[in-house]
Amino acid sequence: MQTLIQNLIASGAFGKNPPSGLVAAIVVFVMSLVVFLVVAIPFAGIVTWVERRVWARIQSRVGPNRVGPQGFLQWVADGVKNILKEDIVPDQADARLFKLAPYLVMLAFALPWAVVPFSSSLILADLNVGILYMTAVTALTVVGMLMAGWGSNDKWSLIGGVRSAAQIVSYEIPAGLSIFPVVLMTGTLSMQGIIRGQGWAPQHWFLFANPFTFVAANILYMSSLAEANRTPFDLPEADSELVAGFATEYSGWRYAIFFMAEWGNLFIVGAIITTLFLGGWQFPHVTNNLVAMNVLEVITFVVKVLFLVFVSMWIRATLPRVRIDQLMTACWKYFVPIAFVNMIGTAVWVAIWPDGNVATGYIMFAAAIVFGAVFIRRVIYYLRRSGMEVYLNPAI
Amino acid sequence: MSTLHTEEMTLNMGPQHPSTHGVLRFVVRADGEVMREAIPDVGYLHRSIEKIAEKVGYRGFMPYTDRVDYVCAMFTNQGWGMACEKLAGIEVPRRGEYCRVIAAEFNRIASHLLAVGSMAMDIGAITPFAHVIREREMINDLIEELCGARLTFNYMRIGGVGWDLPQGWREKALKYLDHFDPILEEYNSLISWNKIYVERLAGVAAVSSADAINYNLVGPNLRACGIKWDIRKDIPYSVYPEFEFEVPVGNGNWGKLGDSMDRYVVRIREMAESSKILRQALAKIPPGPVLAKTVRNFKPPAGECQVRVESARGDMGWYVVSDGTGYPWRVHVRTGSFAAMGIIQKLSAGLMIADLVTLIASLDVIAPEIDR
Repeated sequence: MQTLIQNLIASGAFGKNPPSGLVAAIVVFVMSLVVFLVVAIPFAGIVTWVERRVWARIQSRVGPNRVGPQGFLQWVADGVKNILKEDIVPDQADARLFKLAPYLVMLAFALPWAVVPFSSSLILADLNVGILYMTAVTALTVVGMLMAGWGSNDKWSLIGGVRSAAQIVSYEIPAGLSIFPVVLMTGTLSMQGIIRGQGWAPQHWFLFANPFTFVAANILYMSSLAEANRTPFDLPEADSELVAGFATEYSGWRYAIFFMAEWGNLFIVGAIITTLFLGGWQFPHVTNNLVAMNVLEVITFVVKVLFLVFVSMWIRATLPRVRIDQLMTACWKYFVPIAFVNMIGTAVWVAIWPDGNVATGYIMFAAAIVFGAVFIRRVIYYLRRSGMEVYLNPAI
Repeated sequence: MSTLHTEEMTLNMGPQHPSTHGVLRFVVRADGEVMREAIPDVGYLHRSIEKIAEKVGYRGFMPYTDRVDYVCAMFTNQGWGMACEKLAGIEVPRRGEYCRVIAAEFNRIASHLLAVGSMAMDIGAITPFAHVIREREMINDLIEELCGARLTFNYMRIGGVGWDLPQGWREKALKYLDHFDPILEEYNSLISWNKIYVERLAGVAAVSSADAINYNLVGPNLRACGIKWDIRKDIPYSVYPEFEFEVPVGNGNWGKLGDSMDRYVVRIREMAESSKILRQALAKIPPGPVLAKTVRNFKPPAGECQVRVESARGDMGWYVVSDGTGYPWRVHVRTGSFAAMGIIQKLSAGLMIADLVTLIASLDVIAPEIDR
């Protein structure tokens, strides 16, 4: 970023001797806008389409396939429809809170993109407290949801808002504690620093570094699902219980923003896990061409993230929803203690092997492969037994 | 430390709520997420069906019976048919009775499929619902071939059924059953034994057997409490005594006896039993006519009668009083859903709001059947 700004000033694009602070502000603003408008919003939109198609496939349906090729433009149609709708603010609602809430949720969705490390040089701001910043700004969502729930002046919304407050604040704790093992191993909070601590090969990922990090990765993923309001933890908007939870009274584009943020957050969830545990953008050094390398790294990163996004869709299509007391029990009685054990376990591990234990990585990776093979065999067995036709072509 | 001051709030659940299975309304008094009480408010779907019977006559009322419970209309058809036959002393031909049983048992499977699917939907699992709807569509296709309708069948007549089984229908039905039995297993592995699902249902809203009898629960809801009471076995009607089948009862394996999980599992097991009955009926179906000869101007002698049918939602009673004219003097339908609504207020105390949704779903309440 620094070099880019200096180059821009040197090239004379801003005239002679421009104030460097202003140029930096313009560059950051434009780049943020590009990341947000070109990456974040279309991603959130496309993910809604992908999710509907994935669900449809799991449920023996076709899914949206009318707007554009294979229904790809469905999200544009939905967006346009929502924007054209009347923006209704209920009479009895606290109009100020009601109107402000979607902006806050949007903010919580927009801010984390600043530290998403797409490749070794593509990152808006490689903060030295990157991962801390990430957890801090994603928690802003809860303010928006609580505001929406309270401001709607609707009891269903209120329950949804309070549920989201209880849920997101609680799950911040195991999520935060699960980040510690990685921070202990790398000694840095910077996103790029954490990724540079890992290798491109799976046995060098922190996921397989030791048993504690493996458990931590799972806890972090589950907690992130809870923070992103995904099934089985989608209680704040539990459609069969609370109508639409905190968003019950919303319509039009304000409603669309809530749900865009929700789907967009899937990318953030995936990016956090990928960065911390799955080796981030790490790719074997195959070429000295910086651009080609960066492209390969971006692809690696995005593929890993999309896999995690797919897993969350898969989970959503398969699992029922937990009850609020079960949700809290899972968090406080299981996740938090286990996360503490992970933290201490990793600390001890790091004390014994300060440079990591390579053999553990290989053993755990092998175990993961065996587990995957058993899983695939079971899937094939059930497919054969059900005698149903299997369509592998994603386009219908 | 002083106790935290809390206030009770009154929530209005329904009549436009996504998971109230039709137009139901509950007035929920809740302290946060925990309910003190949920008071059912019935009457939103009252269509005076019983009064209509007095105006349209015996034959004309048959299509209206479909609307008493549109999810399992075969049983309402059968109940009305049986009541009229009992009043007039008509004997239904054996093939007609077999056709009735076959149609009704297919309808029972369809109804239970919808019940278990929407239950999973209410707990937040969306896939099982799509899967059961797929299976139900195939049953609907079969029934459509039988009587031309997919929901409001109007298949039965006073004295038998409207149409015989079409050419090749028997083979299609058998083929479907061969397909269906493994599907039930697949469905179980998809959702029934899912840990979260069992945790949500087990031990929730358990009904004691005494309460079940006192509150007049019927059908799967009663059997889930461990009481073996099935009209098909205990007050046999039609040709049911000729078939071998089990009456599944709840056993409290998951939590308490008579909890939501028991009610769910009883329905799953009943589908397998219905499949057994269907196989036997399709194998044993005798030749002959399907409709008894009845007089065109149907006027049963003055008197009254009560018949009981084991519908998908349990013991359905039809009480008909005839004054010797072509129009019944009084008709009353006693339905399982209405009885089930009665116990919700008692069960709801101390449950969570999320549990109310599973409770309604596990009682398999169908709104039109409550009000008629």
